[in-house]
Amino acid sequence: MSKERGVLTGEHFVNGDWACAEGALAAGCRFFAGYPITPATEIAERMSKRLPEVGGVFIQMEDEIASMSAILGGSWGGVKSMTSTSGPGFSLMMENFGLGLMTETPCVVVNVQRGGPSTGLPTLVGQADMMQARWGSHGDYEVIALAPQSPQECFDLTIEAFNLSETFRMPVLVMSDEVVGHMTEKVTIPRLADIRLVERRKPTVPKESYKPFQPTEDLVPEMCNAGEGYFIHVTGLTHNEKGYPVITAEAQEKLVRRLVDKVRVNVDRIIKLEERFVDDADVIVVSYGISARTAKSAVAMARAKGLRVGFLRLITAWPFPEKQILELAHRVEAFVVPEINFGQMAREVERCAAGHALTVPVTHAGGDIHHPEKVLSVIESTLKLRVKRQVPALSAQ
Amino acid sequence: MSRTEIRVSGFGGQGIILSGYIIGKAAAIYDKKNATMTQAYGPESRGGACAAQVVISEQEIDDPEVSSPQVLVAMSQEAYTTFASKVSDECTVLIDEDLVDPTAISKVRPQTFSIPAVRLAEEMGKKVVANIIMLGFFAGKTGVVSREAMEQAIVSSVPPRFAELNRKAFERGYDISQQAQ
Repeated sequence: MSKERGVLTGEHFVNGDWACAEGALAAGCRFFAGYPITPATEIAERMSKRLPEVGGVFIQMEDEIASMSAILGGSWGGVKSMTSTSGPGFSLMMENFGLGLMTETPCVVVNVQRGGPSTGLPTLVGQADMMQARWGSHGDYEVIALAPQSPQECFDLTIEAFNLSETFRMPVLVMSDEVVGHMTEKVTIPRLADIRLVERRKPTVPKESYKPFQPTEDLVPEMCNAGEGYFIHVTGLTHNEKGYPVITAEAQEKLVRRLVDKVRVNVDRIIKLEERFVDDADVIVVSYGISARTAKSAVAMARAKGLRVGFLRLITAWPFPEKQILELAHRVEAFVVPEINFGQMAREVERCAAGHALTVPVTHAGGDIHHPEKVLSVIESTLKLRVKRQVPALSAQ
Repeated sequence: MSRTEIRVSGFGGQGIILSGYIIGKAAAIYDKKNATMTQAYGPESRGGACAAQVVISEQEIDDPEVSSPQVLVAMSQEAYTTFASKVSDECTVLIDEDLVDPTAISKVRPQTFSIPAVRLAEEMGKKVVANIIMLGFFAGKTGVVSREAMEQAIVSSVPPRFAELNRKAFERGYDISQQAQ
């Protein structure tokens, strides 16, 4: 397989979907299974052209259920694997996304979000799948989801998603959106040698004693590939360290707690944020993806007016930066949260602020992005509330 | 603020989106500025009204939306009527004079310039290069991107066997932009 040709080093003027596909290739992805859907089709289109050039395989599947299954199989075959979709397809992938979590199978799922529910707005933007990303599959689990704000980040964060998936042996989500996916900007692709790549940890024990679900120190098990001579059993049922089904409360406690903890204890290795002007801020605007860009414009406008407004961008949407929000909540009056939905991540901000600061969502049904002036007006009206001065109890620190 | 907003409009099939792409590429890759292009992505991109928006800036571009363009290119009457009536008096409006009657709106903007791009392209034997002639006119009239950057962006964005034809089309438009109107 050609590694060099997988990396188109140089400057390109391209859209986010194209950049996402090239990020996957640069990360070493050599298997893509998917079903075309606006506004994610360009990812599949690009992969269908590029994968054969680098010795990889592209399959257009019969649907998104099969697409998700196929990439789990591809990953167990030892090949970094990806699929991409949008709302309706994301819904179909949810069951097998859970299978990927339960079987601890590294892979990447890209959701280029459009307006929903149902088929909704195929060609127009939405950000209303953020909670589905977190809770869309049944059962209890933790996820990792990244939210690119530009074509450059579509490239960078797709690589990061593969690295995280290989590090923590789990499916990782890239939660893009229609505007970022279809927006064209400069994307700089580094040389292969300058790209940090992570590969799954291979078994270090003799074949006879290898257990595919035996956690190592950071709770992540080592992973063999199918066909390497290890005798393994992989199932969606609750299982022991050998992978055999064990249908008891004890086995459930041991396995599911570890699946949750392997993300929770490693949050500091996972979470990435962008902060601006938070030190003196009375109000902090929290946003992600395309909404973070218009929010940044609004913050710049507010700063130009002399208002003490900060900005926090969730590069990592999940796991949610609970500690950071709580810490900031002690220092600010309020959070303003613009997103293209009716307040999904805003609820997380409110939960983590734990009553120490007010949370004001800036909602949007989808089809368009926020106007910076709208966000600015919410910032201004929130500042006027002066919550902590009116309610002294809340400001007690 | 050095932010420049551009809207290129016309109907599907005229190479409107490609024109927006080339302007953005010229600015981002060859003039080393920042550029963001967004486009209408519905069925309209395959016939009917069609537009590409480009934002160019020395600074980082946060908001990708074009709200008050400094340059409007209109290659169809419908696009002109829709967009020209909303732009400011300072906006440079570039039209194809055979496709657009500028007096169709109540107040023709003072900085309105016209070129018979499609007719010139037909004279060159290839009607499809009308958009590239317009890009030459655009570069010369607005200076938003440099002549060299635009030329490089065109040549690197079209199939190699049509590079020379497109380069000539670009120069045709550029030369006309330098003549007094």
